Amino acid sequence: MNNIPEVIRTIPLDYYLFFSAALFVIGVIGVLTRRNAIVIFMCVELMLNAVNLLLTALSAYRADANAQVFVFFIMAVAAAEVCVGLSIIVMTYRNIRSTDVQLLNYLKW
Amino acid sequence: MQEIVMPINNQGMALLCLLIPLLPLAGFIINGLGNRAIAKGLVSFIGCSTVLASFLITVYLFLDFTANGSRAYTVDFYDWISVGDMQIGFSFLIDQLTLLMMLMVTGIGFFIHLYSAGYMSHDENFGKFFAFINLFMFSMLLLVMGSNYVMMFVGWEGVGLCSYLLIGFWNRNTNYNNAAKKAFVMNRIGDLGFLLGIFLIFITFGSVSYPQVFAEAAQYTGGVDSGVLIAITLLLFVGAMGKSAQIPLFTWLPDAMAGPTPVSALIHAATMVTAGIYMVLRSNVLYVLAPTTLEIIAIVGVATAVLAATIGLAQNDIKKVLAYSTVSQLGYMFLALGVMAFSSSIFHVLTHAFFKALLFLGAGSVIHAMSNEQDIRFMGGLRKYLPITFVTFLIGTLAIAGIPPFAGFFSKDELLAHVWEHSKVLWGLGVLASFMTSFYMFRLVFLTFFGTFRGTEAQRSHLHESPFSMTLPLIVLAVLSTVGGFLGIPPIFGENMHILQGYLAPIYNFARVANPRAMEPMHLDHATEWMLMGISVAVAIVAAIIAYVMYVSKRTVPVPEGSRLSPLHNLIYNKYYIDELYDTIVVRPIMWMSAIFHRVLDNMIVDGVVNGFGKLTTYSSRTLRFAQSGAIGFYLMVMVFSIVLILFLNFFIG
Repeated sequence: MNNIPEVIRTIPLDYYLFFSAALFVIGVIGVLTRRNAIVIFMCVELMLNAVNLLLTALSAYRADANAQVFVFFIMAVAAAEVCVGLSIIVMTYRNIRSTDVQLLNYLKW
Repeated sequence: MQEIVMPINNQGMALLCLLIPLLPLAGFIINGLGNRAIAKGLVSFIGCSTVLASFLITVYLFLDFTANGSRAYTVDFYDWISVGDMQIGFSFLIDQLTLLMMLMVTGIGFFIHLYSAGYMSHDENFGKFFAFINLFMFSMLLLVMGSNYVMMFVGWEGVGLCSYLLIGFWNRNTNYNNAAKKAFVMNRIGDLGFLLGIFLIFITFGSVSYPQVFAEAAQYTGGVDSGVLIAITLLLFVGAMGKSAQIPLFTWLPDAMAGPTPVSALIHAATMVTAGIYMVLRSNVLYVLAPTTLEIIAIVGVATAVLAATIGLAQNDIKKVLAYSTVSQLGYMFLALGVMAFSSSIFHVLTHAFFKALLFLGAGSVIHAMSNEQDIRFMGGLRKYLPITFVTFLIGTLAIAGIPPFAGFFSKDELLAHVWEHSKVLWGLGVLASFMTSFYMFRLVFLTFFGTFRGTEAQRSHLHESPFSMTLPLIVLAVLSTVGGFLGIPPIFGENMHILQGYLAPIYNFARVANPRAMEPMHLDHATEWMLMGISVAVAIVAAIIAYVMYVSKRTVPVPEGSRLSPLHNLIYNKYYIDELYDTIVVRPIMWMSAIFHRVLDNMIVDGVVNGFGKLTTYSSRTLRFAQSGAIGFYLMVMVFSIVLILFLNFFIG
């Protein structure tokens, strides 16, 4: 049975690159254009995952474990971030009955 | 060739030497710290007794010195400054000249302290006054006793500081403070010259210690009148000009009369102002190697003597007359130095210290009796009320006018004889100054003590002879002014009768080696000497008679303030407008320039830059706050585009 890196290598590296780039761009566009805080949050996750995918692919192709370590770090940080971020969004919703970021402009001068 | 002066090994003597300056310093510290807490009686006791003790130790030292064959020695205490090649020790040089100056400083200093105890007794800052004059004694002794130029400079600055403090002693009066500042600034100009001179000495001879410098100079191979020696001597002379009030730095001394009268007597007549002469005399080796400088000194000296004497003719303030007379006499001393009559110069320093201190103290006694009136136009007839002051003041006048057998006659005559040998023109000017000296001094005496009283009724009822503590110094100084001249009896009255010259001879040892021709003794035949003596006495007497006719027989009184004067009289009365001239060419341009710098450089450029940064920060933050819209979408946009930009830059630049 092939081990995981070999399975990954059955698809050319370029595919991974293009795919994660596309995912990342979709995430960026989502963050920039959407007004719903939860969707923006999901788009951020999308970007993180795009990066994770890229790191994993490169790790497999380059036979370097460092990148995979990074992936675990990113996952841990993302989990913590979701925890904090979601609670902020919930609190915001309780206060203004909305998760529209356009309405959240209290942090100005 | 004399060997280098050896340090003394005797611990006891070293301690005694150290005590001489330290005792007044202790007096300064005690009186200074306890300014108002200590009772006046105790203050004056501490002030006077410390100086008296110094004087007695000096006398002992002097006797010991002469008993042991008059061999100069140094007293080394510790290495003071030791950097690279530079070794400056804290040590004293005890030789003939030092001892003479020490005796003069402590002796006259003591009597002036005693006088001050009476004169200043009504002053609220009695303790402060005694602290300052004790500090002055300390600095002056350091100046005189130090065995290198750096110690001399320390003392030099110390006496300058005390002079400043004491001129501005009554510091509630703005004019007095201005006089103090003037003295301070003018002295700083001179001190710059002195300091540069010391640097140049160190560069040239590799040392600042007198014995080493002079030994080096005696073997100096650059020859007479080499550039560097002229530079050194001229720079030192600039320092002397400031301290000893020579043209062009003399205008501070008359203003210095703002200080209490004992200060005028001690500092501005007898001791500090002669520091310049002491310094030139101490450096006699350097000066005999630079005859050009000496020529300049002689000219500056005689010019000062004549100029100050003419101003003295028309002054109406009793202390101002004496002040100009001091400037004039200091001019004489420099004239003597200029013609290499070194011993005559120090002789005149000594006799001048006696009679000028006496005159100032006498003037102080008059001012004391007149309830602080200093204008001789409002005096007159005081001889009946102040008999002791009158007699002593008259003795002082006779001495300064050069009438035999008083002290001034001997020193001035000897001095002028040397000048005659050197140059007839300088001699003529010297005699002219002597004529004027005699005239204005007798004018002072006649206006003050003769005729009828011209002051107010209140002043008349208050007239009284001064207390004993004030008259005793007057009497002692009068005795010294009478007999002081016998220290230097001229050769025509007997060979080798000139005690002072014989005594001081060893200090010129190096000079004799360095420039043997310069140090040859005077060779005037006796007839010429008699003639010169006759002329100077005749001149003094004629001037006195003219003054008598004008101010006693004709009862002339100087015109009151504001009346019209002849142009020449006006010019002299206003001191040739020299203060105004300095004001125009020095003070005002500086004020003007500083005003410009203040307005342009400081207010516009410096303030503009500093305030500009502040304004820039406020303005930019005021503008940038609009970027903080609170819209999260906008923030994210900025963030993303910034990241893209950074990546782009990284790609193209990195």
